[in-house]
Amino acid sequence: MNILVIAEQRDGTIKKPSFESVKASKALADQLNANVIALLIGENVQSTANLGGYGASRVIVVENPRLAKYSSTAFSKIASEIAKKENAEIIVLPATALGKDLAPRLAVKLDAGLAADCTALRIENGTIIATRPVYAGKALTDIRVTSPIKIFTLRPNVFTAGESSGASAKVEHIEVALTDSDFGSIVTEITQSVGKIDVAEADIIVSGGRGLKGPENFKMIEELAEALNAAVGASRAVVDAGWRPHDEQVGQTGKTVSPSLYIAVAISGAVQHLAGMSSSKYIVAINKDKEAPIFSVADYGIAGDAFDIVPALTQEVKKLKGK
Amino acid sequence: MKIAVCINHVPDTATKVNIGPDGKSIDKAGVNFIISPYDEIAIEEGLRLKEKHTGEVIGISLGGDAHKETLRKALAMGIDKAVLLKDDSVRDSFSVARALADYLKEISPDIILFGKQSVDSDHAAIGLMVAEMLGLPSASVVVKLEIAESNVTAEGEIEGGHERVEMKLPCVITAQKGLNEPRYPSLKGIMQAKNKPIEERPPTPPQNKVEVLSMKKPPAKGTGKIVGSDVCAVPELVRLLHEEAKVI
Ligand SMILES: Cc1cc2nc3c(=O)[nH]c(=O)nc-3n(C[C@H](O)[C@H](O)[C@H](O)COP(=O)(O)OP(=O)(O)OC[C@H]3O[C@@H](n4cnc5c(N)ncnc54)[C@H](O)[C@@H]3O)c2cc1C
Ligand SMILES: Nc1ncnc2c1ncn2[C@@H]1O[C@H](COP(=O)(O)O)[C@@H](O)[C@H]1O
Repeated sequence: MNILVIAEQRDGTIKKPSFESVKASKALADQLNANVIALLIGENVQSTANLGGYGASRVIVVENPRLAKYSSTAFSKIASEIAKKENAEIIVLPATALGKDLAPRLAVKLDAGLAADCTALRIENGTIIATRPVYAGKALTDIRVTSPIKIFTLRPNVFTAGESSGASAKVEHIEVALTDSDFGSIVTEITQSVGKIDVAEADIIVSGGRGLKGPENFKMIEELAEALNAAVGASRAVVDAGWRPHDEQVGQTGKTVSPSLYIAVAISGAVQHLAGMSSSKYIVAINKDKEAPIFSVADYGIAGDAFDIVPALTQEVKKLKGK
Repeated sequence: MKIAVCINHVPDTATKVNIGPDGKSIDKAGVNFIISPYDEIAIEEGLRLKEKHTGEVIGISLGGDAHKETLRKALAMGIDKAVLLKDDSVRDSFSVARALADYLKEISPDIILFGKQSVDSDHAAIGLMVAEMLGLPSASVVVKLEIAESNVTAEGEIEGGHERVEMKLPCVITAQKGLNEPRYPSLKGIMQAKNKPIEERPPTPPQNKVEVLSMKKPPAKGTGKIVGSDVCAVPELVRLLHEEAKVI
């Protein structure tokens, strides 16, 4: 049996969630006596060998100058053709922006059930059981895909990739014939905020809320984030007030995050906010109201004034890191 | 321009979720339902497209009679026509998409708007499944949309930035926060919505490919530790994060 992982590369580097997907697939493969094949689509695909170190036995590369940027229609065509050619029964993608866009199209092309944004996979009597959060994490479901071909997307930062074993995979280059009609939608430009870590990808997040009183006071949040090499997040209250951009919003109508450390500063902890961050591994709350609901999900808290505590915390972190 | 918007009816985001007696779904008793927040953004975008390009906006919801409440709200916001694909069965994302696609094929809209994600099941999949079923191009998690003649430029959110997607009508869009600020229904809109008919149609029967085995609440967090109430607690907090949690 073959498990096909659709790995993602941007600008020649493979992103961590792809390694997590390969590693999680390898864990399934060991129990199901299957092989893990990774697929990379793009132009000038490099760093393929790395995928072997996380458990792929083969890496299939589809290269074409027209694939330099993402196209939902073309990438899904390629992925489904490779899946058919390899008789892949299980297809795994990271639930990144690209994976979330690709997986539903693939499900239709392969008449496959989709288990989206899974946070755990296990095997019971030969059947894969996936855990996926619903209602923004207020409940967890265990589900089973019943179609012959099964697609799983895995939430980034939840499955551990660990270190590469150094093993190398067999790399094969495959041509897929493409015509103009395969490029129904094309990405023509990408704008990345330089040097900015996205909350959805961050290992540490420092979020600020309305208790900070104004956008200018986010400077101290940014400084703490910088000391920790963390991303800056925000509650909806401050996004709605225009203090922060909406791509920083954490919560039910923002991003769902699972960093190893989430620091909530002057955020009350409304259900909609908790829904987006309570699966973080460690949560720190800094709030002057010791009754604030954020403390109910926090591992550590300081019930005090953020304006005193945050700068002191930044200094202490710098001291620890010897900066 | 014929504009279709797919609208789901979901528990209010403030709901404290309890598990229902079947152990596979939530207990709906006492739960207040709303238009899924991203679908509200999709409706608003549909109305703005109509205002700019003329045409009609058709709202479609698949579900039981309760979904009429949500369709009424959409009518009050200003959509021209509401269609209920009436169905009480349990469906996975594929089966919802199939039913929506089969109906949409019949009416063949110029543009089909979805929310980027329904805030109940959180699949973030149905819009793109429908696009594939209908053979249409798509842009997802869209925060900016421009249409000139039949050329569509959409800006979608990706990790740490945005990407610009270009395609032609007809197409599918999934709406993200930031695309617009949804309007409140006017009093006149609310009054008029009361008398507008909601067309009922039987949807394609479900053929699920995913089965929910169980639903439970996430494990409760152990009570955390309040380290202190002022700056004196900071060194101890950093020590705990470094030595106990080992996260910094
Ligand atoms: C449909 C819907 C969807 C929503 N989605 C989201 C979402 O995705 N994400 C989200 O975050 N919210 C969401 N909300 C909003 C949510 O209900 C809350 O209104 C919001 O999270 C509150 O933001 P806040 O905690 O920053 O502000 P507040 O609730 O005003 O809390 C401010 C906190 O700061 C503390 N504080 C004040 N001064 C200081 C100080 N000097 N030092 C330390 N602490 C201080 C206060 O004690 C208080 O706890 C949604 C709401 C709705 C209706
Ligand atoms: N029952 C439904 N009826 C109509 N539209 C729906 C329904 N469920 C989901 N949708 C649409 O599909 C989008 C994505 O849903 P989902 O893939 O479940 O997250 C929603 O934002 C709606 O636009």
